[in-house]
Amino acid sequence: MSKIFHNAEAALKEILRDNLVIMAGGFGLCGIPENLIKAIYDSKITGLTIISNNCGTDEEGLGPLLKNYQIKKMIASYVGENKTLEQQSINGQLELELTPQGTLAERIRAAGAGIPAFFTATGYGTVVAKGKEIREFNGKKYIMETALHADLAIIKGWKADKAGNIVYNKTARNFNPMMATAAKTTVAEVEEIVESGSLDPNNIHTPCIYVHHLVQGINYRKPIEKLTVREKI
Amino acid sequence: MAWSLEQICSIAAKYELKNGMYVNLGIGIPTDVANHMPDGVNVLLQSENGMLGMGPFPYKGEEDPDLINAGKQTITQLPNSSYFSSADSFAMVRGGHIDLTILGALQVSQTGDLANWMIPGKMVKGMGGAMDLVAGTKRVVIMMEHTAKNGEAKLVKQCSLPLTGVGVVNRLITNLAIFDFIDGKMLLKEMAPDVNIEQLRICTEAEFD
Repeated sequence: MSKIFHNAEAALKEILRDNLVIMAGGFGLCGIPENLIKAIYDSKITGLTIISNNCGTDEEGLGPLLKNYQIKKMIASYVGENKTLEQQSINGQLELELTPQGTLAERIRAAGAGIPAFFTATGYGTVVAKGKEIREFNGKKYIMETALHADLAIIKGWKADKAGNIVYNKTARNFNPMMATAAKTTVAEVEEIVESGSLDPNNIHTPCIYVHHLVQGINYRKPIEKLTVREKI
Repeated sequence: MAWSLEQICSIAAKYELKNGMYVNLGIGIPTDVANHMPDGVNVLLQSENGMLGMGPFPYKGEEDPDLINAGKQTITQLPNSSYFSSADSFAMVRGGHIDLTILGALQVSQTGDLANWMIPGKMVKGMGGAMDLVAGTKRVVIMMEHTAKNGEAKLVKQCSLPLTGVGVVNRLITNLAIFDFIDGKMLLKEMAPDVNIEQLRICTEAEFD
């Protein structure tokens, strides 16, 4: 059976329902699954728990899902540059769980790798350690962090073959590879689906076993958050 | 006379950057340290969103939305660059492979505790990668103004703001002086020109030798 769907809406149709826990790849607005986010927005499902490093900006990325009151809880490492989030968080409409970025990445990786928990020095002695088990290894203190699973992962690749083997482009890789492994269902969108055999197996970043539904995205906007350039001398 | 921000960056570059180092520079002012690279010194900059060997900003019109740094600025790649996932990136950090990180701060305590992620009275934006960086990097250097704009001490006995890490700071460079933190003690290493020890003690709540 083919994993390939004609559009993002079709790729998500059987999966979307209220109160899902969804992981969304991307760092800032780089490497975000634009088409899949839009399909979730259009579906109007609510009560979502979103796990993503950031929550977009007011207008871009996951931001519109917030404006549409679809998100109940956000698990992220940094949520600046987003007034909607600030407002909903202050009003108590949005539950916000902040996790150090590396711990977030490793919790997701651990979930995909079948590791229920791990110890890290990150956050020891800070609010992050509150209520967590502390253990000493070789004279140094570590806190226990648990694996982070989801019902659905929406990820963004650069190219995929028809089996769903994925290659990412530059820093658009970020959280996408781990998230692909950590959810019950992974739906991937890529800029181009190519013939099987045309990607070098040596250079596959996400093997097809992790990809359940695949769609070729359209109309990529790829907004740049902070354009920084230098002048040619 | 106190050091300017420009001079602090230049001092940090001169004292801290050694040829062949792998370095992570924090978002904001620490990023500017890269523009003060001493002659003959080459370091590879890590960007925690998944890149080693960060290049300069692109030429106008050559920006790539798939290539940004941790501050979400457009950047370029170098001949020896590599890309990897966020999990690999923080394994690199947590595993002690990064030689040096230079970050900003809101408060530093006399025992090297660091507070730099929650601004009092403002919405909590999150710690990003700061807690991971200070917990895992071999050497943590902090750059900050010696006192707050309202004159309040930032170099304190004990941080009143939520911590980023406990006893993690190795060196602090302010506009007035440089301090080292060794075995839980804060030691004065150097003062800016025309700053004297009495003045320094007045605006420093922390105790130092």
